[in-house]
Amino acid sequence: MMTPESQSVGGVIVERELRFTLVELSHACDVDATRIIALVEEGVLPAAGDSPDQWWFEGVLLRRARRALRLSADLHLDAGGTAVVLDLLDEIEWLRAQLRAAGVSASAARTRP
Amino acid sequence: MALHRPVIERMPLKDYYALLGVERSASHADIKRAYRKLARKYHPDVSREPDAESKFKDVAEAYATLKDEQKRAAYDAPPMEPASEREFRPPPGWDSGFDFADHWPSQGRDQHARIQIDLRDCYRGARRKLTLSIPVLAANGSVTWQPRELEVNIPKGMRDGQHLRLAGQGSAAAGGGRAGDLYLEVTVAPQPRFRIDGLDVYTDLPVTPWEAALGTRVAVPMPDGSVQLTVPPGSSSGRRLRLRGQGIPGHPAGDLFAVLGIVVPPADSEPVQAAYRALAEACRNFNPRDTGTVGS
Repeated sequence: MMTPESQSVGGVIVERELRFTLVELSHACDVDATRIIALVEEGVLPAAGDSPDQWWFEGVLLRRARRALRLSADLHLDAGGTAVVLDLLDEIEWLRAQLRAAGVSASAARTRP
Repeated sequence: MALHRPVIERMPLKDYYALLGVERSASHADIKRAYRKLARKYHPDVSREPDAESKFKDVAEAYATLKDEQKRAAYDAPPMEPASEREFRPPPGWDSGFDFADHWPSQGRDQHARIQIDLRDCYRGARRKLTLSIPVLAANGSVTWQPRELEVNIPKGMRDGQHLRLAGQGSAAAGGGRAGDLYLEVTVAPQPRFRIDGLDVYTDLPVTPWEAALGTRVAVPMPDGSVQLTVPPGSSSGRRLRLRGQGIPGHPAGDLFAVLGIVVPPADSEPVQAAYRALAEACRNFNPRDTGTVGS
């Protein structure tokens, strides 16, 4: 796989074109499948399908899964705490996007104590 | 461009105690508390601090050593080599987790990297050259990091935070197994002129009072060129004019919104002042503060 000259490659947009099985998502997050199963069981990650071997995950969940794993590892959060933080981060992102669309910078809108 | 793994070079030994803001005599509990506090402050997923990512890396590196009794003892031990050598000693434990040679996987690992594009690239697509640093297993079992160049075609319609999967461009596998994939996380550089909300793009469009009142046709700069837009007569500041399908491409494409802002010319000469007075006279019954409702 090593080539001194550059290779030209194309890819697929994960959020638009892909969905993952449990094995694929675990691989993409570089963790054991049990970690992903725990996130599903705690309601952090929504999985479609009846049992782990039939689960599939929308492409947009790659970002959420990786973020959940980083937060739980780095901030020592349990699954419940991770779920709360992720939901709040989603809400903050949505509010910031509204501010941007309205032409207000988030830092200007941030209230200071 | 983020590399897969930091390339470990000879580096000055960092003061892990200072990074965590604790004394050298700090207890394990003190160190953990300091780490947790700083991790919450600088974690790139939650922090708005400038340089959060590099600060968090330093804090995490310091904690990884100081939380472990053996690594901490090795870090604290007085150096045996001359000072000039000591200055370049890699931190203890830097190589933990690099046991590829013994456990080189039969399926290559997926790798992640990040790439920044411009809004114009979202409209047109782009081709970018990346240099990645990837682990390579030599015949003698040792692992080295080698640069690899990739030219990536970024399709149009990519949005901030989305990922591009490049199949087979991750780590190699042992024994000719399947190589891992490379995931590129795309961030869109902030644009002074445009604001992005999902697939929709917003831009401010300054107009004169007479353009807003009488209507006009103006050229609106787009991320990908410009477009002629009709400002209807009787427009006010804040009115959003939609250019359907002119946002970020996709199925469906987003919209582009031009947000009108009326800019009043300064009354700094007699003719302009006279014109304002004539306008005031002509609009004698107009009061912008009279909304027609009470207490609103």
